[in-house]
Amino acid sequence: MEEIRTLLTIAIGISIVNNMVLAKFLGLCPFIGVTKKTSSALGMGLAVIFVMTVASVLTWLLYTYLLMPGPQNLLSFSAYVRENGLVDVLRTASYILVIAVMVQLVEMVMKKNTPALYRALGIYLPLITTNCTVLGVALLNTTDARVPLNLLEATVQGFFGGVGFTIAMLLMASIREQLEMADLPKPLQGTPIAFICTSLMALAFMGFSGMG
Amino acid sequence: MANIREFTKGIFKENPTFVLMLGMCPTLATTTEVRSALAMGIAVIAVLACSNVIISAVRNFIPNEIRIPCYVVIIAAFVAMTELTMKAYAPREVNRALGIFIPLIVVNCIILGRAEAFAAKNGVLDSLFDGLGIGLGFTLAVALLATIREITGSGSWLGTKLADGLTPATIMVQAPGAFLVLGLLMGFFAWLRMRRKAA
Repeated sequence: MEEIRTLLTIAIGISIVNNMVLAKFLGLCPFIGVTKKTSSALGMGLAVIFVMTVASVLTWLLYTYLLMPGPQNLLSFSAYVRENGLVDVLRTASYILVIAVMVQLVEMVMKKNTPALYRALGIYLPLITTNCTVLGVALLNTTDARVPLNLLEATVQGFFGGVGFTIAMLLMASIREQLEMADLPKPLQGTPIAFICTSLMALAFMGFSGMG
Repeated sequence: MANIREFTKGIFKENPTFVLMLGMCPTLATTTEVRSALAMGIAVIAVLACSNVIISAVRNFIPNEIRIPCYVVIIAAFVAMTELTMKAYAPREVNRALGIFIPLIVVNCIILGRAEAFAAKNGVLDSLFDGLGIGLGFTLAVALLATIREITGSGSWLGTKLADGLTPATIMVQAPGAFLVLGLLMGFFAWLRMRRKAA
């Protein structure tokens, strides 16, 4: 019971209260770049959910068994690694490599086995490597977690982080489809008005901050 | 003389934030106060200049198909160096304010964008100046954004209280204020560009 409550708190926290885009400022490039149409926003969102969940699992395992100091580290036969770990030196480089390799693999497997899904999500996959939500959630799961998370908690945080990202993308895309028809001053058209709308969305999401 | 042009174009004509619209995440997240914005700017200048130099130096040895992973590894190395240096020498509050946004420089589109668009095609010296100029343009942009947000949101600038008796609008240092100020500034710069083009 206690465990389910913790998981629920994490899920609501990362997807709504501390929304990736609107409260943590992560993933703004696709948020502005891929939200001109609802369909592409949904495709990008689903691809991010998928990649983020898998990346959370992989980076958590990498962190626990290769980077963190302690006896559980697979390299703990070396006294240096057992005492200091490799977190400071290798964290950033190893995370980004794991994410990049994984995205490439997912793309290849999808192309071979599920061509329909690949056609729907394929063009968004390469963009995800440089999407800071993925690396961001990996860091929030491991080194920058407020309390240490176990594997299940990290996975849930990754999945619902992606859900929160998708919610923000879909909301933004539907607003921007309406904005197409609005009569705006020329300098505000495009990105500037998108950011001003985001500001109002962030204001609305601040209303959730009492929860959880 | 050409080097000077590579340097100055990053500040106005190709400003990464207001014109190229790259690297939005740190632009918003680190501008609640001027001090952390400047620290972020310096970190970006350091990583961008170093990675530009190394990438342009090895550009002829890297096979075209795997160039992006190679760039990312080079950038990640400089980010790790910057991170460790900042942990050692920067004040603790600055490190706490920047948080995960220092390691996230790895996926900052400004850095990879310049590697791909400039350093991979130009010489070492030009790339150095391009990196410094674009980095400085980013720093000026975040400093401007942070100035507006800190004055309106906390009533201070670089930590110094400006006036007594004024109630600051706290919303400006929170998420909605960040999006609002950036949107309005982008609109303002677009207006300036249009006016210049019309004149």
